[in-house]
Amino acid sequence: MFLASEVMLFGGLFSAYVFLRLAAPEGDFAYWGSKLNVPLATLNTLVLISSSVTVIMSWASLKLKDFEKYKLYMGLTLLCATIFLVIKYFEYTSKFHHGYYPSSSNFMAIYFTLTGLHGLHIIGGMIVMTYFWLPAGNKLWHTDPEHFTNRIEIAGLYWHFVDLVWIFLFPILYLL
Amino acid sequence: MSDNDQAHIQEHIKVYLTVFGALAVLTVVTVLASYLDVSSTEAIFLALAIATVKASLVAGYFMHLITERQTIIYILCLTFFFFLVCMFLPLITHTDHTAL
Repeated sequence: MFLASEVMLFGGLFSAYVFLRLAAPEGDFAYWGSKLNVPLATLNTLVLISSSVTVIMSWASLKLKDFEKYKLYMGLTLLCATIFLVIKYFEYTSKFHHGYYPSSSNFMAIYFTLTGLHGLHIIGGMIVMTYFWLPAGNKLWHTDPEHFTNRIEIAGLYWHFVDLVWIFLFPILYLL
Repeated sequence: MSDNDQAHIQEHIKVYLTVFGALAVLTVVTVLASYLDVSSTEAIFLALAIATVKASLVAGYFMHLITERQTIIYILCLTFFFFLVCMFLPLITHTDHTAL
């Protein structure tokens, strides 16, 4: 149900994107979209897809009762998430450096809103996964392994959802 | 954990890695497709079609939707329906506004 509500949250913003695009002058969105960095966004897409694999591998490791591998894969997931945010930071600062802000155009407004909200979801996921990665959060594994494995599965579902959102954000903002 | 369960998880891991490969290839295909000399409508259709395939792979295999309970599937179908309503509302408004 939580993920369903998240779909509707992003659904509303995707709807706003369609609305703005339809109302924009011909070629306006394509013009502003060309200001974005496609190679960096492609790299970020690959990084996020990789993090989706590592998070599910961390869950599979717990299923195989291999706690050390879980720690490794969860650590890699956090590393991928950090790389994603660092790349996003460089993208944002480059836009600001060139004088592009949310107030510059409707495209930039929806670009910063969608990617900003997505970035906040990345940070939220990182906080939860860092907790489960650290001894304070993963001590449950030693007392109730099945319960802990379920928690990681749920955290993974959330993370895959964040990946899903990016899969649609990437083409509509950067490529169209 | 029985040997059977272990083998089952190992099979899953192979699927995850295959899906990862497919997602990486489709990402490159999406970028290459954006350079094709097609109309904007065709470009939008192509990009969204590839994104939908990628999203289906993530939802189906990484989120285990293909083996999920019927109740969950129904809830997600309902969510998807309302998501589509969200997408089509601007189109209807636009059509009405431009009297097409």
